[in-house]
Amino acid sequence: MTIDLSTKYLGLHLKNPLVVAACPLGQSLENLKRLEDCGAAAAVLPSLFEEQIEHDSAEIARVYEYGTESFAEAITYFPEMNKYQFEADTYLEHIGKAKKALSMPVIGSLNGVSTGGWIRYARLIQEAGADALELNIYFIAADIDTSGQEVEKMYTDLVAAVKQSISIPLAVKIGPYFSSPGYMARKLVDAGADGLVLFNRFLQPDMDLDDLDITPRLVLSTPFEQLLPLRWTAILHGRLKASIALTSGIHDHHGLLKALMAGADVGMVASVLYKKGFDEVGRMLQGVAQFMEEKEYESVEQLKGSMSQENCPHPAAFERGNYMKALTSFTPGRA
Amino acid sequence: MAQKRFVTLDGNEATANIAHLTNEVMAIYPITPSSGLGEMPDAWAAAGRKNIFGAVPHVVEMQSEAGAAGAVHGALQAGAITSTFTASQGLLLMIPNMFKIAGELTSTVFHVTARTVATHALSIFGDHSDVMACRSTGWAMLASGSVQEAQDMALIAQQATLEARVPFIHFYDGFRISHEVNKIEQLSDDEVRAFIDMKMVEAHRQRALSPERPKLRGTAQNPDHFFQAREACNPFYDATPGIVQKTMDRFAQMFGRQYHLFDYYGAADADRVIVAMSSGCGVVEETVDKLVAEGQKVGLVKIRLYRPFDGRAFVACLPKTTKVVAALDRTKEPGAIGEPVYQDVIAALAEHWADHAGGAVPQVIAGRYGLSSKEFTPAMVAAIFAEMTKPKPRRHFTIGIHDDVTHLSLEYDENFSTEAPDVVRGVFYGLGSDGTVSGVRSTVKILGENTPLYSQGYFVYDSRKAGSVTASHLRVSPRPIKGSYLVHKATFVACHQFHFLERIDMLSVAEPGATFLLNSPYGPDEVWDHLPLEVQQQILAKKLKFYVVDAYRVARETNMGVRINTIMQTCFFQLAGMLPAEEAIAHIKDSIKKTYGKKGGEKVVQQNFAAVDAALAALHEVKVPSAATSKLRMVPPVPDTAPKFVKEVLGTIIANRGDELPVSAMPADGTFPTGTTQYEKRSIAQDIPIWDPKICIQCGICSLVCPHASIRMKTYEPGLLEKAPAGFKATDWKGKEYPGWKFTVQVYPDDCTGCGLCVDACPAKDKAVAKHKAIDMEPKLKHLDQERKSLDFFMGIPDVDRTQVKADTIKGSQLLAPLFEFSGACAGCGETPYVKLITQFFGDRMLIANATGCSSIYGGNTPCTPYTVNKDGRGPSWSNSLFEDAAEFGFGMRLAVDQQIEYATALLKGLSGKLGDELVTALLTNQQETEEEIARQRSLVDVLRKRLAEIGGQEAESLAASSDYLIRKSIWSFGGDGWAYDIGFGGLDHVFASGRDLNILVLDTEVYSNTGGQASKSTFRGAVAKFAAGGKPAGKKDLGMIAMTYGKVFVGQIALGANPLHALKTIRAAESYRGTSLIIALSHCISWGIDMTQGLQHQKEAVACGYWPLYHYDPRESHPFQLDSRKPTGHFKDFALKEARFAMLARAKPQESERLLALGQADIDNRWALYEQLAGFGHAGDGNGAGKATSKEVEG
Repeated sequence: MTIDLSTKYLGLHLKNPLVVAACPLGQSLENLKRLEDCGAAAAVLPSLFEEQIEHDSAEIARVYEYGTESFAEAITYFPEMNKYQFEADTYLEHIGKAKKALSMPVIGSLNGVSTGGWIRYARLIQEAGADALELNIYFIAADIDTSGQEVEKMYTDLVAAVKQSISIPLAVKIGPYFSSPGYMARKLVDAGADGLVLFNRFLQPDMDLDDLDITPRLVLSTPFEQLLPLRWTAILHGRLKASIALTSGIHDHHGLLKALMAGADVGMVASVLYKKGFDEVGRMLQGVAQFMEEKEYESVEQLKGSMSQENCPHPAAFERGNYMKALTSFTPGRA
Repeated sequence: MAQKRFVTLDGNEATANIAHLTNEVMAIYPITPSSGLGEMPDAWAAAGRKNIFGAVPHVVEMQSEAGAAGAVHGALQAGAITSTFTASQGLLLMIPNMFKIAGELTSTVFHVTARTVATHALSIFGDHSDVMACRSTGWAMLASGSVQEAQDMALIAQQATLEARVPFIHFYDGFRISHEVNKIEQLSDDEVRAFIDMKMVEAHRQRALSPERPKLRGTAQNPDHFFQAREACNPFYDATPGIVQKTMDRFAQMFGRQYHLFDYYGAADADRVIVAMSSGCGVVEETVDKLVAEGQKVGLVKIRLYRPFDGRAFVACLPKTTKVVAALDRTKEPGAIGEPVYQDVIAALAEHWADHAGGAVPQVIAGRYGLSSKEFTPAMVAAIFAEMTKPKPRRHFTIGIHDDVTHLSLEYDENFSTEAPDVVRGVFYGLGSDGTVSGVRSTVKILGENTPLYSQGYFVYDSRKAGSVTASHLRVSPRPIKGSYLVHKATFVACHQFHFLERIDMLSVAEPGATFLLNSPYGPDEVWDHLPLEVQQQILAKKLKFYVVDAYRVARETNMGVRINTIMQTCFFQLAGMLPAEEAIAHIKDSIKKTYGKKGGEKVVQQNFAAVDAALAALHEVKVPSAATSKLRMVPPVPDTAPKFVKEVLGTIIANRGDELPVSAMPADGTFPTGTTQYEKRSIAQDIPIWDPKICIQCGICSLVCPHASIRMKTYEPGLLEKAPAGFKATDWKGKEYPGWKFTVQVYPDDCTGCGLCVDACPAKDKAVAKHKAIDMEPKLKHLDQERKSLDFFMGIPDVDRTQVKADTIKGSQLLAPLFEFSGACAGCGETPYVKLITQFFGDRMLIANATGCSSIYGGNTPCTPYTVNKDGRGPSWSNSLFEDAAEFGFGMRLAVDQQIEYATALLKGLSGKLGDELVTALLTNQQETEEEIARQRSLVDVLRKRLAEIGGQEAESLAASSDYLIRKSIWSFGGDGWAYDIGFGGLDHVFASGRDLNILVLDTEVYSNTGGQASKSTFRGAVAKFAAGGKPAGKKDLGMIAMTYGKVFVGQIALGANPLHALKTIRAAESYRGTSLIIALSHCISWGIDMTQGLQHQKEAVACGYWPLYHYDPRESHPFQLDSRKPTGHFKDFALKEARFAMLARAKPQESERLLALGQADIDNRWALYEQLAGFGHAGDGNGAGKATSKEVEG
């Protein structure tokens, strides 16, 4: 039996449902080539951050002004350079090079929250050759006077603004922390998102107990983390006119299969590549194919959403019941 | 003729443009004010800009001006069109080569920003003493008198030298022209190309040495033929004036501006004529206009070609009616019959007047003016013309000063002015950091390049690098602006910092009816009561139009931080009314875009736009009340309690009234008292560190790292606290040495610069609130009264007995009084903590020989000096010789001290019978290695002096006079890496070889910091610096290793931010060594492109990644080399890219940056491997620091 692994994500035809998530591995063209050779269907390039874009130019202005025009012998401290290559420019160049070197689709990624001047980079990413854009919105509503509605409006305004500036498909990567993630997902699609990427893994601050300081900490995902996006993928499948990518916690072919069966069009991987190496891509795809063969699935399309909330035998299991069951299972007194 | 192209730029840029276009090789070396002349071609070359020959010139930085001149000489001999740029001592270092270049009839132009040669003091400002010192070299000298002329003469000189074969100095007044921004008509590349005769270029190349046509130059000649050979060049000199005039005529034909060897300006029938050169000419010209219009018969001769001096041409341009000539010299030649221009004028008249006019030769009088950029104004010119009307005018005079000693000065009427009413004249007072100068620079450019108006900008900077005050002088006129002098009658005065009002008398320059714009936190209705009475009185007396804008509020609201330049600029345009508001704002925005656009600063552009848009809404006119009612008064520059000299002389200079000081007020030999910064309370910090005794662990780090000695600690007996003011903080001393004593850390609130280094370094955090440290930066105003009271009491607490202090600990060292305090160094300076620490240990017996550079400027720039004295009146005695010779200078001090010790010892032995063997033996055998021994020696010397007084006689008197030398001296040479690695290296090397007891401290910032960050041989590979705009291609020189090869030099490499205890111990060990010691101290700097608050952190990371290994080499040890830092962790790249000096290249040339960073990593790895081998495996990284041996004598 021939098994069709192809899928459609953001309107892009992909040879299989395994996409490399936005992560530092994508900074290297060589890595990307190897991942493609291993079978990856597409790659999201590492994010270009709003802070990065704004910070770069502000820093250069600061450096050129700091301490200058104060003392007659040292009116300036640095020579004027002819041209500056900002990280953003390097990023755009990287997209161009990746497009030339790879046959798989290349998805650019922008990370930010405000609707400021930085979003012009959405168009620049498109002009650099990206097949699609992933907009990663990572906002910590630390101001207790900011309401949920204000945050939601900020998200939708940003999506609308970015969508307006590009013609390539737009995926929006969000976190799970909304009072009503489903409603939010719908609003984002209404605002122009062609797809949703579930979910962002927030980089959480950690503490240094010796220095009594806060330090950023990046930890690789674990398979357990897949459960949260899996739930929301299952809930949202079939209810939105948008693609869904499941990211976080896919560490083997089981994880990828679950993602697809919950309703994702693709599964995105990053941590597993760090843990097990690039060859894991091939092994995962092989595992998916083998499973499908054994279970007599013909295509990924057939598999997609087959266990979504809409299609699974116990829809309530994705809602509160799931939580109850888990609790009761683990409460010794009830055992 | 091509379309005229007007630009506004300064004299250096105008000149550098021509030099870049017309030269193939430029060998350069930084020196103020000519550094920019080399920096621009270097940056242009790095960007691939070609010269008129179609090639990118080679721009090469050398190790000194002498080296640059040698390289120029070589390049010329090998056929390249070659130039260099210099001034002052730099030009003097070129003189030997200049004789050769001229003797070989070699075409070249040196562009010189004429600057004062250091005599009783260094001065970076302008006069002709340097170029005048070159008169005998045989070089032609062509003077420019304006920014326009700087461009034009640069080109004329270049073409003329090619034809004449006589080399040219093209010069103009340092700062006054080199840094004045003015509107000029710029020549295009094509025009420059058309002007240079390629046949002559080819002829120059053909004269080059080449094995294809072998020849020999630079022979040695004998008495029989040298003289004749020397005379053989005469025809070339005879022809030169004619060639220059021909070139000037061709220039006029092509570009419309006619110059002559000497240009006469004024009444055709003048009876009084002034002769002058360079920027002074514009001032005289402006005055001549006014006086001629009033009917006076006066005129001016501008000297263009000063050498060869064409006497006939000079006399020919004088009106035959001339009766009196005043020859003005911007130089001083003590002992001469007169200064050079005077002598030339006399000789020229003696030789040619009879042919020109016959009759009585005009009387010639000689005037000195404008030394070190002293103001030269129309009022002074008018006084000279007035003097010339007298039957017996003074033959020799000075103008611009009050000479109450030799009474040479002419008096002048300060109210005489030539300013036209339609000229806008603005003076803008700001801080270096608030962007005032940039704002005015931009205004000059906007008006000069976008309107038919002419604009001129000149900027007066502070000699203190922290909290620098700037005054920007602006003129805007419908006509070209001739006068190169400050605005003394302003139609617009702007105060960009409210607190200046109490310290700077800025309204004295305001004309009646002028506009006064104040950046004020107080609105139009409340500001009046916050003004000092003196300010209110001037506003009323002069009927000033008074406006306020809360620029800092606008800046805050538009995220501009402390940059208020665009806000104040917008208000200026609105009030000055030269352009319609909309047009002005459009120009300002366009200028913002040009400034930040190419740096990709879209956000910065938008922030500035927002600030501009919000500015006018915040601008308000103040309804001035009818009476001055303020209870506030301006703050006196120094307190009443200050010594007389400080009050009367230094205080006057601090108050910006130094021009008023008479000659008698100044020390004749340049000797100044030390310890005077304590009287100048600048109070520049916004935030100051506030101590919390509950959290403090008493480590002493805050005091150790403070660059300005403005946070200190003391321990004292508890009884003293009985008289402490309320709020004075104290806690129990933690330690065994002083049981039951109290401890206080005290900030000096008016001396602190607010740099924050102390807080960044403080390791003690509150257990309950981790962000709260034992010291935190807090708003000064909240604490000022309390801290002032606390400080008064703190200063009265006696220092502990230094013989009992554990000086080899950080905590102990900080109980020793610093004898270097409150310097003018940058806020957060990485150098001064080392200097301060050294004075804490050895200051009471120190002699310092300081190389020119940052450390000589913050160490010795008048008015106030930071080296100070202890309670006994002892402290460092300091001097600066030159940039290049601090090692030799210190060495000379060592020789003198050693000689005096020997002399005193011989006298002592000779008098031992009268003095008693016991005293003599005690004096001669005391090793003086500990504080106790030093103290004992002082006591012994006191006894000796008493006995000598009793004994009497010549020998006893001689010994008494030399007895100081029996107390061990600590002799130091201080300087930066520019000195030690480059210009002073030869001397340093010689001192290493001598083995004499001299301590050498290299404050290594890895660039020439004082002149704005030019690369030195210490600059690390891959760092961007001026003269290394493409990233330093070569690796850093290992100075320590070179010194170690002698085997007898103590070498220590330290970094206070990484391992303060190591730094401390190494310094002490180096000083204890009775041979030559070299300490290389990593010093973070603005030129690293870092947040200076975190400078120490950068040092720490530099050491951690192996960029800056800590080590010491102690020849007294059996295994002298000890690697004191741990094996590198992390990568150079990760460290480097946190600093703009490296990150900038990664932005501009990513691939080249990658390549150089990789090579830099290899440098680090290789050096570490070498050091490990030197140390022997297992010796690296114990981190315990130096100083194991402190008392061994040098062997052999």
